[in-house]
Amino acid sequence: MKICVLVKEVPDAAVEKRIDSSTGRMDRSGEKNLNPYDTHAIEAAMQIREGGSVPVDEIVAVTMGPESAVRALHKAVSLGADRSVHLTDPLLAGSDVAATGYALAETLKREQPDLVLLGQQSDDGECYTIGAVVAEHLGMPSLTQVIKMDVTDGSLRCERQAEYGYDTVEVSTPAVISVGDAINEPRYPSLKAIMGAKKKPLQTLSVADLGIDANRVGGEHSAAHWLSVKAPPQKAAGVMIEDEDTAETVEKIIAWLDERKLL
Amino acid sequence: MPDILVYALHYEGAINKNSLGAVSEGARLADQLGGKAHAILVGEGVPDDLAASLGAYGASRVLVAEGPEGLAQPVVDAMAQAIAAGGYSYALFGGGLLGFEIGAGLAARLSAGVAMEVTGVRVEGGKLIAERPILGDSAISEIEFRSEVGIVIGRLNAFETKQTGAGAAPVEHLSFELSEHAKRAKMVSRGEQRGADVDIEGADILVAGGRGLGKAEAFELCENLAKAFGNNAAVAATRAVVDAGWYPYAAQIGQTGKTVAPKLYLAAGISGAIQHKVGMQASENIVAINKDANAPIFEFSDLGIVGDLHKIMPKLIDAVKAKRES
Ligand SMILES: Cc1cc2nc3c(=O)[nH]c(=O)nc-3n(C[C@H](O)[C@H](O)[C@H](O)COP(=O)(O)OP(=O)(O)OC[C@H]3O[C@@H](n4cnc5c(N)ncnc54)[C@H](O)[C@@H]3O)c2cc1C
Ligand SMILES: Nc1ncnc2c1ncn2[C@@H]1O[C@H](COP(=O)(O)O)[C@@H](O)[C@H]1O
Repeated sequence: MKICVLVKEVPDAAVEKRIDSSTGRMDRSGEKNLNPYDTHAIEAAMQIREGGSVPVDEIVAVTMGPESAVRALHKAVSLGADRSVHLTDPLLAGSDVAATGYALAETLKREQPDLVLLGQQSDDGECYTIGAVVAEHLGMPSLTQVIKMDVTDGSLRCERQAEYGYDTVEVSTPAVISVGDAINEPRYPSLKAIMGAKKKPLQTLSVADLGIDANRVGGEHSAAHWLSVKAPPQKAAGVMIEDEDTAETVEKIIAWLDERKLL
Repeated sequence: MPDILVYALHYEGAINKNSLGAVSEGARLADQLGGKAHAILVGEGVPDDLAASLGAYGASRVLVAEGPEGLAQPVVDAMAQAIAAGGYSYALFGGGLLGFEIGAGLAARLSAGVAMEVTGVRVEGGKLIAERPILGDSAISEIEFRSEVGIVIGRLNAFETKQTGAGAAPVEHLSFELSEHAKRAKMVSRGEQRGADVDIEGADILVAGGRGLGKAEAFELCENLAKAFGNNAAVAATRAVVDAGWYPYAAQIGQTGKTVAPKLYLAAGISGAIQHKVGMQASENIVAINKDANAPIFEFSDLGIVGDLHKIMPKLIDAVKAKRES
């Protein structure tokens, strides 16, 4: 079985995310890291390999993003991927979900994976939907938010929570599965793996290399167009208490609740 | 024809409340656009009267397609077929999980623009503009569609349910072809309720616990605090702890759980992710205990306590008891 894992570089959660007012796009400068939700997808791939119920030939990390996104690929490789593919091109800048999903699907077609794994959401984009777009372009079945996956030859038995409780769904491969963060506890990379990551094969591809239709990607060609960004309605700030002396903190909470007749 | 096709999710003979909101919203928008709002249901033997009941919410016609339930891709097939035949300008979805998957799949199929987590839609120059909060709700982007069909996926509870329609709507049966990939996913079991059947919807006070509790046993703190508050209090949970098996699904608040609006919602060790917030933000009073001063929950709490819940909760339980006994 060949597994492709989609990974993304996102601003570090500790850094404030902003909109660049001149372009109306997300300001993606500043500290970057591998999207934490994607580490669960890599771990899921590793557990399939180590589980041994089906032989895994290769785990390939795939990203679309600017030059700096190689760091996310290095991190993915240090966590267990065998090699990585980087789709990068100025023509892709500002792509919406549909355009991103299309470009990623074109990249994946070359790899012909039996299983595509993704994270449940990107920390900055928060669209939850790239998987469904990619699957449609690849003509593969797909599920999102999967928290348990049993792999047998040619099929996956997946569990996930949907609107009415937990569903169990059987999917035949090739398939696109985005995993929920409860599926596993991702491992930490070893120092050796971190050091070795840069030596693993990394392929860099452009829009032209893949025969991606340039009229279907990039901000100008994205069908969902951002007109503007505005501030949300202001809500009165709540009262904050820093817990130093717990007896005093509790007294303040009780007084607050009592004032509102909640006791 | 600026008509809108609204997806209506149903389960065990009832239409999802968020879908009723989406149908109401679709009717309101179609009216302003000078078009019609139609609804579509996909399922196994959907009763005609269930479908027709959407007329009360403003659907002027309801399409019913026979197909597998609970999976997104068959609905993508059915809606793509309906849109090809009916010439709709927009597809609209209420909040939930399937709506995201269907809307995204449909966007790919139709090369259409899609906006998700939408909290408001307005008509401007004969077109829809969708408002979507971004960056943890710190800003709102406004999105227009440059494709033949625009796809709008609402946030949970974003659209108000309104019975404005004329009563039963005409029902039309739609036949469609399942795509090859849609046939490759099969529902084995649906809607399994994990954990005990607890009732939280009538409670005036909810003490909710999240991953910050550290372990399943620590839910005792939430239970004891609820007990201290008296009969009208119950315990709720986040998806993170329900997925981990620490607490029953029936107590889960949020996008794929329950929506509540108690007098008091006390959140302990909960970060305040959007998917949780959408299920409890209408609570009258929100109190949060979290050791991380930057936790998103403090952005929408009325009282925020930065500290370790394991230190604060035991003392708070005693203090609430003492106060209520005095
Ligand atoms: C499609 C989709 C649907 C979803 N549906 C839902 C849903 O219905 N409901 C839901 O809740 N979530 C849902 N989620 C998941 C959601 O995104 C979050 O992952 C989840 O709500 C996080 O739960 P949590 O707050 O318990 O955990 P975390 O986000 O891990 O937060 C734990 C918090 O506890 C704090 N903490 C840790 N230790 C202590 C301590 N000793 N004292 C005080 N504070 C402490 C931490 O600072 C942290 O803020 C959904 C996600 C997706 C993508
Ligand atoms: N540019 C990208 N390149 C590769 N994978 C991506 C990209 N954007 C999103 N993904 C994947 O899609 C998942 C969901 O992201 P999103 O739909 O943006 O919330 C992420 O966890 C990644 O696995």
